[in-house]
Amino acid sequence: MSSTQTETATVPVRGKKASVVPGTVLLWVLVAIYAFPLLWFILSSFKPGSELFSLPLSILPETWTISGYQDAWSRFNFARYFMNTGIVAVVTTALTVLVSSMTGYALAKYKAWWLNVFFMCVLATTMLPTEVIMPSTFVVIRDLGLYDSLPGIIIPSIVTATGVFMFRQYFKTVPDELLEAARIDGVGEIRTFFSIMLPLAKPMAVTLAIFSFQWRWNDYIWPLLVLNDPNQYTLQIALRSIVGADNIDWSVLLAASVISLVPMIVLFLIFQRQIMSADMNSGLKD
Amino acid sequence: MTASTAEPVEQAAPVPQHPRRRRSSIRRGQTIAPLIFIAAAVVLFALFFIWPGVFGFIYSLSDYRGFGTPDIIGFDNYTRLFGDPEFYSALGRTFLFVGFSVPLHYIIPLGLAVLLTTKLARGQAVARAVFFLPWLISPIVNGVIWRWLFGENFGFFNYFLSIFGIGPVQWQTNGELALVVVLIAGTWGGTAFTMLLFIAALRNVPQSYLEAAAIDGAMGWKRFRRITLPLLAPTTFLVVLVTTIGAMKEFAMIQALNGGGPGTENVLMVQYIYRTGFERGDIGYASAASMVLMVILIVIALIQMRFDRKDVQ
Repeated sequence: MSSTQTETATVPVRGKKASVVPGTVLLWVLVAIYAFPLLWFILSSFKPGSELFSLPLSILPETWTISGYQDAWSRFNFARYFMNTGIVAVVTTALTVLVSSMTGYALAKYKAWWLNVFFMCVLATTMLPTEVIMPSTFVVIRDLGLYDSLPGIIIPSIVTATGVFMFRQYFKTVPDELLEAARIDGVGEIRTFFSIMLPLAKPMAVTLAIFSFQWRWNDYIWPLLVLNDPNQYTLQIALRSIVGADNIDWSVLLAASVISLVPMIVLFLIFQRQIMSADMNSGLKD
Repeated sequence: MTASTAEPVEQAAPVPQHPRRRRSSIRRGQTIAPLIFIAAAVVLFALFFIWPGVFGFIYSLSDYRGFGTPDIIGFDNYTRLFGDPEFYSALGRTFLFVGFSVPLHYIIPLGLAVLLTTKLARGQAVARAVFFLPWLISPIVNGVIWRWLFGENFGFFNYFLSIFGIGPVQWQTNGELALVVVLIAGTWGGTAFTMLLFIAALRNVPQSYLEAAAIDGAMGWKRFRRITLPLLAPTTFLVVLVTTIGAMKEFAMIQALNGGGPGTENVLMVQYIYRTGFERGDIGYASAASMVLMVILIVIALIQMRFDRKDVQ
């Protein structure tokens, strides 16, 4: 209904119907520009090593091959990197959702000066990211005995301001009456949260879980600080070690990079709706 | 809401004893419960934010090299830092990068969001998914993708230009052009998220405003500038703040794209901290650089919050 209203309101001003052609053409030119780098990258990964650098370059591989993938898989311990990254991403995400929801709930539903102070502290972490205090963070990790271990990546990444903020905003929209009703019925505060409030916040939990998984899967800075032993490497660190070599083996690097993308693309295909419609007014970036 | 909560209290007033006891126990629960809820976050915050922050400052006054006990040497690190041309180069390069990166991260996603919400284009759902794809890609892979595309001898871009007799363009060996590639890669990777924010904001612009403007004869660019843009102000502030901080700490993508090269020409602040702290093992010195970057970020945040407040008024 509203669309017909706007059409009658916007179209007849100059007496001619606006064409969709220029807008559509522009949009699709931009789509081509945005899609090309990734398309070129993926197509290149299916070229044999000899074809990668032979001029003239062709968009499609002349001979399709998966030898780059076989090389990447056999020369590097990719199964291991996959598992490490998967463990880190899944465990951190579960803990992030739990801690963020509890913290966000406390900040939304209770009033105390120290809660306000803590909220300001949490907000401050967005302004001062880990990258900035890297050297001393490294010393902390080492002194805590977390150096070169997967918990060393997991534990420091649990708290994110974005997660806390998302849940705080969400629980603010839940009526206080619900909490009061639970209190009058004699339900304990902790139980109220776990049996009433947390189930209510399920959509928010799903959204944060998706985002958290992406942050952790693609994270570079914490693994870089914490890991040393190649057996503990996550995918990003492994890729960096290939690209940082004096002579980059492009055939392997292209394939390895594409392999690392697969879980994210699967995630996107499954949760596309949630990702695209996520109510994001809180600077979801970590 | 206040009226509805006041009612049961008044009803309960005639029987004071029971409710009072219950209320006091509830009140105690209301103090302890939030403490339990935030406990984990507080501990983690103290361990991985306060501790490194405080010790970062202490180390910046010391000659700590990662082992042994740090000796306090006063402001020597800062004196060395401010006498180091590489530090100024990294700082200047970072500001240059932020200066170009933030407008790009604003204009391009906003433009795309407008195209994706206008009625004057078709195929928007598919287009939106394509624009969103780079969000899935890690900064490292993002760097690799553009390194592959902009290789001087083997990249598609130089091949494409050579068809027209141009080049080879020095995307890797010329410092300025290398920064251009970094900007392009950063914008490509950062578009998705900001674009979604703008799409949400554009959908929240009341139709009635736009119709009223149309009746008054304001269309196209004029209507966008006068009506839509001012209504997007809160999103704009958020985007500028987030992308400024994001650009200030840019590190991973450049690591994979050109490692801050050619040479050290495009080493930004975080990479400078990493090099001095980890490759040279000079934790004290790197901490001093960290503190400088921290102060810069605080100043940026304060300036932007000021702007934000003005806007609300």
